[in-house]
Amino acid sequence: MGVEIKVENLSKSFGKQLIWGDVSLTVPAGEICVMLGPSGTGKSVFLKTLIGLLKPDQGSIVIEGTDIATCSERELYEIRKLFGVLFQDGAMFGSMNLYDNVAFPLREHTKKSESEIRDIVMEKMDLVGLLGAEDKLPGEISGGMRKRAGLARALVLEPEIVLFDEPDSGLDPVRTAFLNQLIVDLNAQIDATFLIVTHDINTARTVPDNIGLLYHRHLAMFGPREMLLSSEEPVVRQFLNAQRVGPIGMSEEKDADELEAEKDQELPPLPPIPLQLEPSNGLSRRSQRPAGEWCREHGVVPPPGSFEQNMSMAVGV
Amino acid sequence: MSSITAQRVLAPVGTAGRLFAFGLDVGRSVFRRPFQVREFIQQAWFIASVTIIPTALVAIPFGAVIALQVGGLIKQFGAQSFTGSAAVLAVVREAGPIATSLLIAGAAGSAIAADLGARKIREELDAMMVLGIDPIQRLVVPRVLACMLVAVFLNGLVSVVGVAGGYVFNVVLQDGTPGSYLASFTALAQLPDLWQGMVKALVFGLIAAVVACYKGMNAAGGPKGVGDAVNESVVVTFMLLFIVNFVMSAIYFQLVPPKTG
Repeated sequence: MGVEIKVENLSKSFGKQLIWGDVSLTVPAGEICVMLGPSGTGKSVFLKTLIGLLKPDQGSIVIEGTDIATCSERELYEIRKLFGVLFQDGAMFGSMNLYDNVAFPLREHTKKSESEIRDIVMEKMDLVGLLGAEDKLPGEISGGMRKRAGLARALVLEPEIVLFDEPDSGLDPVRTAFLNQLIVDLNAQIDATFLIVTHDINTARTVPDNIGLLYHRHLAMFGPREMLLSSEEPVVRQFLNAQRVGPIGMSEEKDADELEAEKDQELPPLPPIPLQLEPSNGLSRRSQRPAGEWCREHGVVPPPGSFEQNMSMAVGV
Repeated sequence: MSSITAQRVLAPVGTAGRLFAFGLDVGRSVFRRPFQVREFIQQAWFIASVTIIPTALVAIPFGAVIALQVGGLIKQFGAQSFTGSAAVLAVVREAGPIATSLLIAGAAGSAIAADLGARKIREELDAMMVLGIDPIQRLVVPRVLACMLVAVFLNGLVSVVGVAGGYVFNVVLQDGTPGSYLASFTALAQLPDLWQGMVKALVFGLIAAVVACYKGMNAAGGPKGVGDAVNESVVVTFMLLFIVNFVMSAIYFQLVPPKTG
């Protein structure tokens, strides 16, 4: 069914350096959310904080009535059984072959017989397109395959919440497109809550129901996809449209001189909002909203050409 | 400025405290079910396989050196009939546990630290925690117990090989008589010597494994971090083992009176 994640006033710093502060957001149950941000803004740290691998300095993360930031170790291990996490490099156990890797959570947490485990593992391997590679060791396969195997392992316990740490980094565009379609199909199928951390704007523009943007040590904006894609807010606009003009610079934010220099530059018009990716079986997901609904409800005029079939995916030109 | 120096000075205390807390965590997890029998057996087998041959090879010259030293000394005292006894005392009480600890720390500890360190930097440990499995219970406890078990057996091996080596050197090279070497075994040595050797080996195995696991699980900063962790774990273990060995020997001499007659 999916579970809601409620984050309030979350802050995290390493030593004296603040990573991000005062992050408040609610990831609605069963929806797909994307967390965006320039490199090095602590997106992965945010993800690790959500699963309790890192303790925040302040604030709370409430999942099914349990606050992950303050609960005991034992409660944490219980809560984690709700999660499936896809790590950046798949984080497969190097000493086991793919089959044993995917079967590992089942063997540890359930009393299923080997034949039942075999059925489940094979089903998940088929889902991510890895049938026939069960006997390979993680060291023997490509990064993309490791990632897909990691996804199979994350899904094997039927999680209520699935976290993706950069599912598209290091994948070619075709595999990324397949993976995005897989994410949408999975959400339609298992109704879990999905949170994807990425900086691939193509993914961010077409996959999620909600988008969040981490920037300059705070959460710049979090809300429905159409809200952010039609937003005129400089940071959001710059990032979601991959432009050089705007407050984000090469190393961090731009200094006053640089901003002054580009003050008069005309911002290119917002590109049209693409249609959301739909499940491949044609049925719509439970949390899916009709295209343009948010814009209509809030009286926002979407950029011209929005929500058209077969529109170009190119942005920022 | 002063706070920075204070931090620097107190840093080792913090590390020692964290190591101790880690040890307590391990102790608590030992009693948590399910016990990982399979991992335990695999690890015990692995540790035994990397330590048995080096231990035996170290034990032979160890016994020989003791036989040479003690044999020469004892001849000057004119107490050749006690050569066997002295060799047994030295090997069983000190050389056995020390040789064991060196091998456990050097061979088994470095292997454990490297293994866990590699898992740590590849995020495997994170993945395991996220899958709801406590790496301390799943990985560390079986390793620690396996290390302790193997250490006790290795201690036995060192004792036997060391005494045998001493016998060969004494009888063959120093013209001692087999009879007096064997007969004097029980003149000075007593059964508690054997027990304390085993207890020492047990404790050394525990310390070596806990330090190796702690260092491995806290490796940071990529492949170099793993190398550092292995290096530190071996050095720290050696230092701890020699200190603990001294303390345990001192306590033993207080508790058990030397055999007379």
